[in-house]
Order: sequence, then C-alpha cells, then structure tokens
Amino acid sequence: MLAHAIFFYIFSLIAIVSAIMVTVSKNTVHSVFFLILDFISISCLFIMIGAEFLGMIMLIIYVGAVAVLFLFVVMMLNVAQQKNQWFSARESSKHIPVGLIISTIIFFELIIVIGGWKYKPDLVSSMSLNIDSSISNTHAIGYVLYTDYIHIFQLSGMILLVAMIGAIVLTFRQRSGVKRQSYFSQISRERSDGVELIDVPSNKGVKSDD
Amino acid sequence: MIDVGLGHYLTLGAIIFTIGIVGIFLNRKNIIVILMSIELILLSVNINLVAFSIFLNDLTGQIFTLFILTVAAAEAAIGLAIIVVYYRNSSTIRVEEINSLKG
Repeated sequence: MLAHAIFFYIFSLIAIVSAIMVTVSKNTVHSVFFLILDFISISCLFIMIGAEFLGMIMLIIYVGAVAVLFLFVVMMLNVAQQKNQWFSARESSKHIPVGLIISTIIFFELIIVIGGWKYKPDLVSSMSLNIDSSISNTHAIGYVLYTDYIHIFQLSGMILLVAMIGAIVLTFRQRSGVKRQSYFSQISRERSDGVELIDVPSNKGVKSDD
Repeated sequence: MIDVGLGHYLTLGAIIFTIGIVGIFLNRKNIIVILMSIELILLSVNINLVAFSIFLNDLTGQIFTLFILTVAAAEAAIGLAIIVVYYRNSSTIRVEEINSLKG
C-alpha cells in the first residue's frame, strides 16, 4: 500500500508538472514532448490501478498516433519558433487575470463536488457489469465490448471513418501543372480514336499530316 | 495520505482539467497548443471514468473511456486538418490574428 501511494504521487506529480509545461512552454515542439510525457505518466497510473488494457491503448493511440500527428503538423507548418509566451505578451495581458480567476473558480467548484457528494444507497447493487477478478482486464473488456456495446463499437468505427474522409477532403489539393495518369480515359479509349484506316492508292503514297 | 483512494484520482483529474482550461483561456499565440489543451481535458475525463470504474467495481467506465479515446483521436485529426488548411490560406495560425469571424 505504501509503494502504491509513493508511485501514485510520483506519477501524478509528473503528470501535473508536464501538463503545466504543455501550456506555458515557449516552443511548440517542447509542448508536444511534454504532452507525450503526460500521456505516458497517466497510462502508468492506469496500469497501476488495474486498467492495464486502457493504459496500453492509451500509449498506442495517444503517444503513437495523436502526438506524432501533432509533431508532424508542428514541424510541417514551421510554427515551432513562433513564441508561445502568454506570460510576457503585453497586448493580451488583459485576458490573463480574467482567465486565472475563472479557472480558479472552476477548480474550486470541482474540489467542492469531489469532497461533498455521497453515493446513492443502492448504487452498488444496481450495477450490471461487475469486474470479475478471476479473468484479466483485457479479457473482461473483450467479453462486453463485442456483445453488449457492439452498436456503440460500430458507431465509433463510423466516427473514425468520417474523420478520415474529412481530413483527406480538407487537406486534398489539386495542383495545376502536374501530369498524372488518368485510368478512366485510358480504359475508355476507343478504336476509332486511335487508329485511322486509309485507303492508299498504288504509286501515290500518303501525305502524313505533321 | 498513504491510503490512495477515489478522491485522490478525482483531484488529479480536476487539476489536469483546470490546467487544460487555463491553457485554452490564456494562450494567445498558437492554436496548436489550444488543441493540446483539449487533449488534456479529455485525458482528465478519462482519469475520472477509470477511477470510478475501478473503485466502484464496474466495467462500464473503461468501455466509455475507449469510446472517448476514439472521439479524441478523430477530433485531433480533423482539428489538425483544419489548421493545415487555414495555414495554407492565410500563412499564420497565431490566435491573435485569427479574427475573421469577429466581423
């Protein structure tokens, strides 16, 4: 229990510090790196608490896909050197006190909610998906993900498909002056377009049009 | 302090949520950092769901965390595509200079 507490405080401290560094870091590439550190420490927390499938999925999706996508865009747009300095920005300094006050209020509201609520008395007995401790976490998720939640699972696949199509449609650009092969015009070419039969009289020859 | 319970995880989620809100409010320079702050907010929601799922011994929270992960990935892809198109059209993504909706 002591080791659990020590690891919890270490990982959550790393997560909080790196989340702060994501927002205040001067260089956008450093922000992405701190975002990766944040995801890794939170997934360590998930693995430690017993949701190891979600921890691993989090590593794969966030660190492997989303953060690398962010890195691609930051490096492609060449905005890494546009300074991200909201502490020293003079022209926007009127936003800072209002923003800080509102976020402090939000934080204390959340803390009040966490400290002051009670469970409904029959909450635990009304649950349907109790965690079976005899099988692994991945096994338990697999039992319900493809049976009880199959429609939401298919729907999330549709969301990913729509996101993929949307990203391709948004960023696709038809450049002018680039020669490319057109399969349709190749296949739909007729014999009459390409070949011309000429009746050649003897001893005359043909005048080729050039 | 030694006995780490549900309240500790919820407090961690609240702190990361607030940091994400601060990042959205106070960032005036770069719109990619705003997208990263949105990712932080979704991450804190995931922390809450997983903590409730473990401490209440119910698997539903972890299933919903999976779907939130899906939506977050789709949202990041679409948002970054919009940013790329905007940068191509106006060659800046600084938050101060994106004011064409202000009228």
